[in-house]
Amino acid sequence: MDNVTLSRAIMGTSLGFHIVFAVLGVGMPLLMLAAEGIGLWRHDLVWLALARRWAKAFALIFAIGAVSGTALSFELGLLWPGFMAFSGSIIGLPFSAEGFAFFIEAIFLGLYLYGWDRLRPLAHWLCSIPIAISGAASSVFVVMTNAWMNSPTGFEAVGNRIVRVDPLAAAFNRSTPTEDIHMLVSAYLVTGFAVAAVYAAGFLRGHGDALHRRALPMAMVMAVVAAGLAGITGDISARFVAEEQPIKFAAQEGLFPTLSGAPLHIGGLPLPDQHRTVFAIELPNVLSWLTKGDPNATVQGLDAFPRDIWPNVVLVHLSFQVMVGLGIALGLCGLLYWLLFVRRRAPPTDRWLLMALVVAGPASVVAMETGWFVTEFGRQPWIIYGVMRTSAAATSTPALGPTFAIFLVLYVALGLTLTRLLLLLAQRERRRAASDGTGPRP
Amino acid sequence: MAGLTLADGVAAILLLALTAYAVLAGADFGGGVWDLFASGPRRKAQRIAIAEAMGPVWEANHVWLIFLLVGLFTAFPTVFAALSTALYLPFTIALLGIILRGAAFTFQAHGEEAVGELAPWGFVFGGASIIAPAFLGAALAAVATGSVRAGGGPDATTGWISWLGVDLALLAIALAAYLAATYLMVETAGDPLLQADFRRRAFGAAIASGILALAGLALTWRQAPLLWSALTGRGLWLLIIALANGPIAAFAVWRGSPRLARVAVAAQMVFVLWAWAVGQWPALVPPDFLIQGSAAPDTVLRALVIMIAVGMVVLAPSLWLLFHVFKGRNPAAAVTNPSP
Repeated sequence: MDNVTLSRAIMGTSLGFHIVFAVLGVGMPLLMLAAEGIGLWRHDLVWLALARRWAKAFALIFAIGAVSGTALSFELGLLWPGFMAFSGSIIGLPFSAEGFAFFIEAIFLGLYLYGWDRLRPLAHWLCSIPIAISGAASSVFVVMTNAWMNSPTGFEAVGNRIVRVDPLAAAFNRSTPTEDIHMLVSAYLVTGFAVAAVYAAGFLRGHGDALHRRALPMAMVMAVVAAGLAGITGDISARFVAEEQPIKFAAQEGLFPTLSGAPLHIGGLPLPDQHRTVFAIELPNVLSWLTKGDPNATVQGLDAFPRDIWPNVVLVHLSFQVMVGLGIALGLCGLLYWLLFVRRRAPPTDRWLLMALVVAGPASVVAMETGWFVTEFGRQPWIIYGVMRTSAAATSTPALGPTFAIFLVLYVALGLTLTRLLLLLAQRERRRAASDGTGPRP
Repeated sequence: MAGLTLADGVAAILLLALTAYAVLAGADFGGGVWDLFASGPRRKAQRIAIAEAMGPVWEANHVWLIFLLVGLFTAFPTVFAALSTALYLPFTIALLGIILRGAAFTFQAHGEEAVGELAPWGFVFGGASIIAPAFLGAALAAVATGSVRAGGGPDATTGWISWLGVDLALLAIALAAYLAATYLMVETAGDPLLQADFRRRAFGAAIASGILALAGLALTWRQAPLLWSALTGRGLWLLIIALANGPIAAFAVWRGSPRLARVAVAAQMVFVLWAWAVGQWPALVPPDFLIQGSAAPDTVLRALVIMIAVGMVVLAPSLWLLFHVFKGRNPAAAVTNPSP
């Protein structure tokens, strides 16, 4: 593999690994804040025990997020020196803001994790507020920099030399609102479904104690609200992409000819060499209607652009289909849960629903990852849309192959160890609660 | 020093961040070193003291590095790119060390109660805590000796390998261990035997870092004219202070005055770093990258300084709270924290 491919492989692996922990770093503090808050307010020991248990798991998750995020800060330069030399000063401001947010999150997490016995209960709970805020702020700031890669503005360059920078204009570029909000709600969506999956699995294995009966609905509140918002923001994002990056939009929709009254392709396989998408369910005029509000509006297809700036159409289209399909399925799953909850006035514990929720956890992660596939693969061949090609940005260092191998092994080892520890932690907490009688009672 | 510019100000802020990282996170790496070399009848107690000292603060200490990296590529993007290219190997190895150190520490600290002693991760924690400062030290040597050049060159990615690099790698480990052992003397004030363990370790690290520092000076004199002229030019007064402070710090350790020792040893790290940085001013990465010539446009620097000033309003009291609760003399904690 050449350096560009290897750099992309290493960066993509690192991002794909990091983001799982990053989104939990956004969502989990909010759950902890809510659980501890309710526990203090109602003097309910079960809620407090739940917050404590989540904090223990979160300590592990946050640390892996922190070190894998460090890898990314280094890799920006190690893998993409050309990109960073050009754009470091333009996108540095939101990155610095993210640094401060990370600082605040790390500080108050230290206080939170080690302060259960050192701080008064109210002071301890107050520490969870800056964690939740700075977690969300980190996501907002760091996605601004990605948005800039999609809508590069706020600078003037002569060749490769930056002569003028307006850092605020760069940070608040056209892609920022849609990308930021869609990513933030996705973070809560993944957290909600991931936590729900853990407790749904607990119910299925017969551990449905009072703790489970509080944790699952709370996670499902987050999941269903976020799923609804993800649907709305996703629709806005897609329409924005149609304006901002029509070629990415054509690729994700698998649309080759420019058409008035363009059909929506559901599923299917694009064949770039034959300029058509096969095996798709075609809904006539629906794409034009969804995109422009007019069933006969014209939508640009891939054929309107030179072939050498097409992204990987197959990958982008399939990723988009997976994200949208899973997103809709997740939303329906959440709705169904609450429908049953409201009708029965009790948390539903039907086996089939719990099994669906267990699947929904990993499915939400897949939806988020494929969403990023659309953003990132869809922007190719550009690293900065319309400004710099990815091939011009990569490092020339000869050691990328071994680096990739080592990082792959590292991420697998970290992921496996973390999973094992979380499972053992849960087992041990259960055993302790059962044996010494201090644990939550049904 | 008339004519200091905005770029100089940002460079000074980055030096402060580097100093904070060295003094705070350096001690966390040193904790890993002493975890690896825990020995004697109290080896378990030593490891517990290290874990308790690091637990609440290591992640916050680590963020200084992120702050430094981000500040560097915001204010001096071409320098960041040149460093990342020339020092690809030491940075990648240090990064692996940083990742493994943090992960292993967390697995140990939060997983131990789940699975008992995680022996292999304990070993990784110690090993990675040696690797990270060593390769960061070697990278610093490459910067200070002028081997990171603007145009690359034939030895563009191997210029960091030198005897001075080896010496500074060892010195970084020794200083980290020295910092950790003196901080741990303060932390273990309630247990004289354990404190004596760390006092012995601190004194050993003091001797080792003293020898390595003097060897480094000799190597600099013979092999690194650029750094030598920096240290004997503008940085001379700081170098002299460092040379005078070294014995004071070692004496404080030997006398067993932990609080004085903590200040003196941390100051030693500060003087050594500042002697280098002040000495090479107005260069950021000598000889090709001057602070003035490689800085981002003023609009960026101004926005960054404002951003940092605003951020500090939130950050400073938060950091104070963290260290007040876990590192200060906290009588309330002693009362509300019943010993088992």
